[in-house]
Amino acid sequence: MNRGNFSAGAIRRAADVENRARLPRRYLLGRLWKYLAHFKWLMLLAFLLTVCSNLFSLVGPTLSGRAIDAIEPGVGAVDFKTVFYYAGLMLIFYIISSVMGYILSVVMLNLSRGVVYKMRRDVFEKLTSLPVDFFDKHQTGEIISIISYDIDTINASLSNDLLQIATSVITVGVSLFMMLQISPVLVLVFAVTIPISLLFTRYMTKKVRPLFRHRSLKLGELNGYAEEMISGLKTTKAYNREAVMIERFDKHNNEAVDAYFKADYYGSMTGPSINFINNISLAMISVFGSLLYLFGGLSLGSISSFVLYSRKFSGPINEFANIIAELQSAFAAAERVFRLIDQEPEPADATDAVELADVAGDVKFNSVSFGYDEGVTILHDLNFTADAGRLIAIVGPTGAGKTTIINLLMRFYDVNSGSVTVDGYDVRQVTRDSLRSAYTMVLQDTWLFHGTIFENIAYGKQGVTREQVEAAARAARIHGFIRRLPEGYDTLLSDNAVNISKGQKQLLTIARAMLIESKMLILDEATSNVDTQTERRIQSAMRNLMKGKTCFVIAHRLSTIRNADQILVMRDGRIIETGTHDSLIADKGFYASLYRSQFDSLPE
Amino acid sequence: MRMVLRYIKPHLPIMCLGLLVKFIGTITDLALPYILSHIIDNVVPTGSVRNVFIWGGMMFLCAIICVLGNIIANRMASKVARNFTCSLRHDLFAKIEHLSCNQTDSFTIPSLLSRLTSDTYHVHNMVGGMQRIGVRAPILLIGGIMVTLFLEPVLTLVLLGVLPLLALVVYFVTSKGVPLYTDVQTAVDGIVRKVQENMTGVRVIKALSKTDYERERFDEVNRDVVRRDKNAGMVMNITNPVMNLLLNTGLTAVVVLGAFRVNAGLTKPGKIIAFLSYFTIILNALMMVTRMFMMYSRGAASARRIQEVMDAGHELDIIDSPTVESDLHIEFDNITFSYNKKQPNLENLSFGLKKGQTLGIIGATGSGKSTIINLLMRFYDVDEGTIRIDGSDIRSIPHERLHSMFGVVFQNDFLAADTIAENIRFGRDIPDEDLHEAARAAQAEQFISEKEGGYDHILTVGGANLSGGQKQRLLISRALAGKPDILILDDSSSALDYKTDASLRAALREYTASTKVIVAQRVSSIKHADIIIVLDDGRVIGQGRHEELMKTCDSYREIAETQMGDGIE
Repeated sequence: MNRGNFSAGAIRRAADVENRARLPRRYLLGRLWKYLAHFKWLMLLAFLLTVCSNLFSLVGPTLSGRAIDAIEPGVGAVDFKTVFYYAGLMLIFYIISSVMGYILSVVMLNLSRGVVYKMRRDVFEKLTSLPVDFFDKHQTGEIISIISYDIDTINASLSNDLLQIATSVITVGVSLFMMLQISPVLVLVFAVTIPISLLFTRYMTKKVRPLFRHRSLKLGELNGYAEEMISGLKTTKAYNREAVMIERFDKHNNEAVDAYFKADYYGSMTGPSINFINNISLAMISVFGSLLYLFGGLSLGSISSFVLYSRKFSGPINEFANIIAELQSAFAAAERVFRLIDQEPEPADATDAVELADVAGDVKFNSVSFGYDEGVTILHDLNFTADAGRLIAIVGPTGAGKTTIINLLMRFYDVNSGSVTVDGYDVRQVTRDSLRSAYTMVLQDTWLFHGTIFENIAYGKQGVTREQVEAAARAARIHGFIRRLPEGYDTLLSDNAVNISKGQKQLLTIARAMLIESKMLILDEATSNVDTQTERRIQSAMRNLMKGKTCFVIAHRLSTIRNADQILVMRDGRIIETGTHDSLIADKGFYASLYRSQFDSLPE
Repeated sequence: MRMVLRYIKPHLPIMCLGLLVKFIGTITDLALPYILSHIIDNVVPTGSVRNVFIWGGMMFLCAIICVLGNIIANRMASKVARNFTCSLRHDLFAKIEHLSCNQTDSFTIPSLLSRLTSDTYHVHNMVGGMQRIGVRAPILLIGGIMVTLFLEPVLTLVLLGVLPLLALVVYFVTSKGVPLYTDVQTAVDGIVRKVQENMTGVRVIKALSKTDYERERFDEVNRDVVRRDKNAGMVMNITNPVMNLLLNTGLTAVVVLGAFRVNAGLTKPGKIIAFLSYFTIILNALMMVTRMFMMYSRGAASARRIQEVMDAGHELDIIDSPTVESDLHIEFDNITFSYNKKQPNLENLSFGLKKGQTLGIIGATGSGKSTIINLLMRFYDVDEGTIRIDGSDIRSIPHERLHSMFGVVFQNDFLAADTIAENIRFGRDIPDEDLHEAARAAQAEQFISEKEGGYDHILTVGGANLSGGQKQRLLISRALAGKPDILILDDSSSALDYKTDASLRAALREYTASTKVIVAQRVSSIKHADIIIVLDDGRVIGQGRHEELMKTCDSYREIAETQMGDGIE
């Protein structure tokens, strides 16, 4: 799709900035929280369930303890009645706890998938609201990577980690309290080891987070490359370049797996290291506890319960460190997701924007200057008027700025200076939707989507009947072809519909355009791949399509241009001649020489 | 999984070593509490401070071995996972590169893409994760059972009685889980497709104000993925509670049975207490095993999807076919072909071209022009007849040699987000002079020199910063740069103005060594061809030189006459 020129340097620079600036963690947490906050009731429920099941896990041993107390008297004296009573209670508790466990997992499933769903939806909705030049600068594969891999990563840590953090806090608190009760002196051991743990975790997150960011980035690049290459598979084959492309893929692949490995290399250190610190505290407790017993009068039983609690205490801290490490990958992924969601959308319609209604179709360019990049002007001081119902042809060498005019008409871009008006309204003062639906546009690059032929033709207008679609297809001379397909109009157009030629695709998009009612029409090389005979056959239909509309036509073929009410001859972003075919020929200018050139080339 | 195992095989020694290291680390970790209880039970009562420190030192030592063992083992596991994924992805991509067009069409591009990215990712996770928890869980499980068996064989048997039930649950869940996760991944294809579609069609979608509609359609796909993911999750999540319940029921049975045994004087209450504490360890180990099975289900589903691609049969095999003596460079001998094997797309096509000659193909939209090229390049095999190059059946020529003969521009050919020079070179070993010469012949040199950085100018995605005519000239440069034996241009000058088109044709005439196949809409593009084929609905309705066809072929004359004086830029 033509889009005029802009410097590639600018793209690279933009990409660099994207890679460098990092979002603060607190900000990311806040953003993630907003997603979770939508599910606050589910979260509350999950939290309650976790607390309950934790309590239950305490009740279980108590019940079995009671049962064992009843066994205690020994041979011939076991109190079977009590044993059975508590065994029965145990069963009931276990059943309840299992049911609760299942409910909890279902709640968590709904919570995490709910977040994923919302996130994907937000990413996609942002995608649809971005200005078109975003799509010229970003590889499809990279975006796919964000919407699948990065969101999956966030999901993985959300569903596992969040609850664990919540329950850890409870256990840690209770255990600490109990330990303080037993021996405040021994707790001092933790005064040494816990700060070490904290510092270590802090150090690790600092170290690991850039590695995870790198990992997400590299995976995105790999996907970007893979998407491009798989889409260009046929060309690769044609040029026998499989080996080279595989080699290049390997480069990306190696970078991606290396980035993954590096993140893992350090990330997987956290768990064992924190565990080590805990083990050290355990060793210290044993030694100091023993000494306290020997010289300070601490009872043996107290040491053993202290140890038990300290295990309970350090377990969650261990988990906590692991979770923090895992969260780094989620943060890195979230950063990419939010960065995409934060992309500047097409500027919102002005608050007082007018809804274009009953469009007449008077279009005017008033001293329009425009460039895609700052400092590079593509269109210079363009002036022309297209009165309602007139046919305007735009001709000129490739790269003269023809497609840029269309980009401005459709307001894919805004002018740098001057103005474009429709029915006297500056297009910036009109809602985009109403402006765009005032046009019908057929481009050289056809776009068909994964759906039936019927859906593809009916795409532009709601509530179209089968008959209308068939009529349009007949007018576009594509009905016969469709009928001969095994499933006719219900044939699914797959991604690489081989047996539909480019010309046929163009005819399908023309059929699509025929169903749309609008006052203005843009044809940008709409029939370039249609053979001239077919083009002639659809001419009356095309004339019908153009009737009563303000038409902007870019074409090489004279048949349409000759009938134009006004021909704009463009060169290097300027209109150098205007007039009708006859007047321009009479002027013997650039147009006339262009026109003559084809005769020079024809007979020979 | 067969495939996963095959890829793990080369890493098996390292993996085993890693597991061994992990084993040591785990054992020392488990030894710590044991030493602790030894200190409290046996050392402290003796009152020996020295012994307390000795055993404390032992704990310290164990802790160090444990941390080193675990870190090293984790890193080894990561390394194995890295190498595994690297070679798997390499082979998958290589396989995709070598799929026939037919196969690519049936897998569809979005699906291939998600297999290459999302599915390899899940398999990677499985391989990495299983190694990490794959040691501790079995050790705890087996160790726990051993200890309880030693402690109270009869009661352990009760517990073991539950195990077959557990196995049944695991079997049931994984056999359900794998297809369910396959469903999820299939739905992920839909997400990929939708994003790809919207990114390429952004102008049309915006022009038709279909943004809301597209959002709805994406919403459907998104919902679908989430729904299937939940379905899979619901089934997988059964495992944990059910296992818990089964084991705890076993435990209750142990308590009751224990009561009888104690009553009968066969065991002591203390043993039952110890039994119960070990039981917690077993339970935790089983939870880890469940997690492994969840990882397995997801990974196995993805592995299966990857395997589907890997197992795709080799199409377009090289066959033995005798070379015939021929002075023709390209020969189509009575070719018939159909894409869907129902209605023919080409019927009884025959022609012969000598070296350096030009074939022009013209005909209505959808009449089979591009199909001729697909067959000549052997993207598809003919149904009937034979295509020969220099007398050899193209089915007998190795793909590499066959494809090295061509320089080609397809109708909607692709440009990569790379430099202009690289887009022309396209990974081939072509010296700069040839590159420039090709660009000159393709009438591209001037606009290239006007770009910032000239040949080093970087194109945007899909060459979006070029006009249609510029793109086509770049693609023609690419085709010419290799000085091909056979040059194929499939309607690839449609966006050129007539003047440029004429200069291009004049330049092409200099490539006398190349046999040319040119598909065109304009008579002027093929007028000088040695043979012109006029196609209509897969049938040849005219064949010969321009002058002959003007006399004999009504359609051709009609096309030519209507085009005279038609066209301007």
